[in-house]
Amino acid sequence: MTDKQSFIKQLSKILPSTQLLHEQEDLKPYECDALSAYTVIPLAVAIPETVEQIKAILAICYQENIPVVARGAGTGLSGGALPLENGLLLSLAKFNKIQSIDAQNFSAVVQPGVRNLAISEAASEHGLYYAPDPSSQIACSIGGNVAENAGGVHCLKYGLTVHNIIKLKVLTIEGEELTIGCDAFDSPGYDFLALMTGSEGMLAIILEITVKLLPIPAVAKVIMASFNDVAVAGQAVSDVIGEGIIPAGLELMDKAAIKAADDFVHAGYPHDAAAILLCEIDGSAEEVEDQLQLAEQILKKSGATKIQIAKDEAQRVQFWAGRKAAFPAVGRLSPDYYCMDGTIPRHQIANVLKRITDLSEEYGQTVVNVFHAGDGNLHPLILFDANNEGELERTEELGGKILDYCVEVGGTITGEHGVGIEKINQMCHQFNSNEITQFHAIKTAFDEKQLLNPGKNIPTLQRCAEFGAMHVHHGELPHPELERF
Amino acid sequence: MSNDLSQDLSNDLRQQVENAIENKTPLCITAGGSKAFYGNNVDGQALDVSKHQGITEYQPSELVVTVRSGTLLSELEAELKANKQILAFEPPQHTANTTIGGAIACGLSGPRRMACGSARDFVLGCTIINGKAEQLRFGGQVMKNVAGYDASRLMVGAQGTLGLLLDVSLKVLPMSETEVTLQLKTELSTAIKHIQQWLKQGLPISASCYTNHTLNIRLSSTHSAVSTSVSTIKKLFDCDAIDNNFWLGIKNQNHDFFSENNLNNNQQLWRCSHQTNTPFYGVDEDNNQLIEWHGALRWVKSSEDLYSAADTHSGHACLYPINQGESFTDIFQPLAKPLMKIQQRMKLAFDPDNILNAGRLYTDA
Repeated sequence: MTDKQSFIKQLSKILPSTQLLHEQEDLKPYECDALSAYTVIPLAVAIPETVEQIKAILAICYQENIPVVARGAGTGLSGGALPLENGLLLSLAKFNKIQSIDAQNFSAVVQPGVRNLAISEAASEHGLYYAPDPSSQIACSIGGNVAENAGGVHCLKYGLTVHNIIKLKVLTIEGEELTIGCDAFDSPGYDFLALMTGSEGMLAIILEITVKLLPIPAVAKVIMASFNDVAVAGQAVSDVIGEGIIPAGLELMDKAAIKAADDFVHAGYPHDAAAILLCEIDGSAEEVEDQLQLAEQILKKSGATKIQIAKDEAQRVQFWAGRKAAFPAVGRLSPDYYCMDGTIPRHQIANVLKRITDLSEEYGQTVVNVFHAGDGNLHPLILFDANNEGELERTEELGGKILDYCVEVGGTITGEHGVGIEKINQMCHQFNSNEITQFHAIKTAFDEKQLLNPGKNIPTLQRCAEFGAMHVHHGELPHPELERF
Repeated sequence: MSNDLSQDLSNDLRQQVENAIENKTPLCITAGGSKAFYGNNVDGQALDVSKHQGITEYQPSELVVTVRSGTLLSELEAELKANKQILAFEPPQHTANTTIGGAIACGLSGPRRMACGSARDFVLGCTIINGKAEQLRFGGQVMKNVAGYDASRLMVGAQGTLGLLLDVSLKVLPMSETEVTLQLKTELSTAIKHIQQWLKQGLPISASCYTNHTLNIRLSSTHSAVSTSVSTIKKLFDCDAIDNNFWLGIKNQNHDFFSENNLNNNQQLWRCSHQTNTPFYGVDEDNNQLIEWHGALRWVKSSEDLYSAADTHSGHACLYPINQGESFTDIFQPLAKPLMKIQQRMKLAFDPDNILNAGRLYTDA
C-alpha cells in the first residue's frame, strides 16, 4: 500500500481542495455515523461531484489497494459508514439531484445523496410519494436507504426499500458501470437488485437509483388504543392482522416511551396506559371506513381499555408526532441510549417483552420499548451513561442478549438498521460458518480485492471463533475448523 | 401443520448433490416439470425434488408460510384459501404437477403483481443446498430482516443454478372481502391512461388485462369500496361484470391466447416486460398481443425476434415456448457484458464445480 502523502497527491489531481479533506480537524466530523459510540478517523475524505471523479477515485484505490467506505447522510445506526483508519471515506453528499419524475410510470430517477423525504416532496405535485419512511427521513439519503434496505413505519403494507426500487446504476471497484434491474417490473438474469439492497456498500458504489412511486392514499386515519398490560397490546397486534387487516402502520409504545414522547411533543397520549397501539388504515374513503370499524371491534375484543380515533388530520399528525419523536424524547431521559433492532414473529411479542423486562432488571438498566409491532420489529432503547466506566460495554452485552433471544424465538438480529460494525458479532449467532463463507463468496464475486467497506456486515470466521457467544447447533461446536483462542 | 404427503428428503437430496460432486456428474433439478420450456435444456442426471413435500410452518396471523419445495402449488394454495389467505403474486400453475419450488425458482408472477408485488417480493427466507453440498439457510420467517446479504431473494429466478431450493418462507396476504371483474371496450392508450387515473383516485385495481380492444379489470377490496369503484368506472364506460375465473386463465396461462393453435405460421410467443406506457410494437394486429400489469407485461405473438425492439423501449423480451413441445436455446434477453461477468462469478461462488442446472439460464452462465 502506498503512503498517505502519495495517495493524497494522486487524489488531488482529480479533486479540488474543497472536495478532498485530509487534515485531522477536517476529518473529525466524519469519524462516525449516527452510531457515535464507534469512531475512527479515516485516511482522507473525498467528496466528488461527478461520476467521472468517482471512477477516477476508485481506480486509484483499486490500484493502490486502499479500502473505500461510502457514506450518504451519515444517519445509519449500525456503524455501516464507520471509516477505516487506512481507508478513504467516499461521501456522496453532492449527488443530491432528483433527475426526473415520471408521473405516468410512477417512478423517479434520483442520485444517491437525495434525502428520502425530498423524493416524496417533489412527487407530491403529481399525487405520488415514495413509501419507505425511516424515522430519519428528513435527513437520511436514498443511497444509504438502499445500502441498508431501510424500512419505516409503513413497511407491513408497503414494503422495505427492496420492494420500492426498480433500477440501480452502480460502479464496481474494478471500475465497471452496471445497470441492475431495469425500467420494467422484472429483469433478466440473477436478481442483483435484491442482493445490492442492504449490502451495506460492500458490493458496489451506487450512482443512481430509480424508485417506484405510489399514489398518495385518498384517506388515512389512525386509531390510538390504550392497554393496561403491554403483553395484551402485543397479542392485539396479532389479532388485528389475523382478522385480515393490513394496517398501513401498527406501532406499539410502552409506558416509559409514552411518557417520554408525550412530555416532549404533547402528542395527547394517555399517561396511565401501560402501552398504546397506533393503528393507521389508509386507502379509499370506503375501504378506510370499513376497516376502521373492524379494527376498532377487534382492538376492543382484544382488551383495549380506551380507543380514540383521530378526529381530524391535525390530531392524526399529532398522534404520529409522538411516535416519530420517540427516540429524541427518550434521549432527554438519559445521557445516552442504545437502540436495538431485532425482529421476531409477531406471536412472540409478549414473550420477548417479558424477557427484555427480566434482562433490564438483571442489568439494572432501564429499557424503553418502541416497536414497529405490525412487522414484529423491536426497537428496545437501553438507557445508559457512557461517562460511567464500563456502562457502554454492559449495555452492549445486554443488547446482545436481547438480539440472541430474538434469534432463539425465530427472529433476526436486525430488521432495518443493518449489521454494520455494531451487530457483527451477533451474525455469528444467526449464521453458521458455511453460511458466512457463502456470504464472503458473494462479496468476492463483486469485489475480489475486498476493498469496499471491508470488515462490516459479514464477520470473518476467525472473529466468530473468538466471539464467545456462538450458538451450538445439535451439540456441534461452531466453526470446528478453526483454532480456539 | 403438515399434510399426508409430508416428507423431509433434505438429507437424501444433499447426499445426491455430494455424490454428484464426487463423481463430477452434472445435475438437472426437476420437480413438476411444468416449466421445462422456460430455459435451456440441462444436460445432467435428473435430481427429482418432487417428493420433498409438506407445509412445515403456517400460522395465519403471522402472514408467513414455510413450505418444502416439492409441495404442489395447488395444495399450498388450497391450504391458504382455507384460511382466507393467498399467495398474492399469483404464480402460474401450468399443470397439476406445478410445485412451489419451481414457482419460486422461475420467479414468474401473475395478474396481481402490480397491486401487490412479484414472487421475489414475497420471499422472506429459504433453505438451499449449494454446489458444495452444503445446506444453508438465508433470510428468515419475519417481515423485516437485513442480516447478511439477501441471498434468499437471489434464488428467485435463478432456476436452481445457485442452489437447490429445499424450502421457502413466503409472506402471504389476506383475501379481499370481495372481487369484481369488469369488461369494457377501449383502445390500449386510453385504457392505460384511465388505469393510472383510477389508481391515483384510490380505486383498488388488483389486475388488468387488455387484448383485442377489450380491457378486463379486477377490483379487490371491501364491499363498499368495490361497489363505489364499479360506479366510478361505469360513469365513463359501458361495461359488463364477468366471472372472476377469467383471471385463472391469465394466471395459469391457459387462456385461449396462449394456445399453440392460435399461433400463425412462423409466429412464436414472446414475453416482453416494459414501462407501463410503452407504445405497441412488434405486431400490427391487436389480437396478437395480450397486455397485463397495466401495460407493463406484454405477451406478443411475433414471427420476428423481439430482443432489440424490447431493448429500444427500455425493456426486455423472452421467448416463451409454452405448449410448443420443443426446446429453444438462450430464450432470455442477453445481458450486458459486465453484468454477465458478475453473473458468471456469482454462479461459481455458489456452485464452483458447475454441478447445478448448468447453463439453464444462459449457455455461458
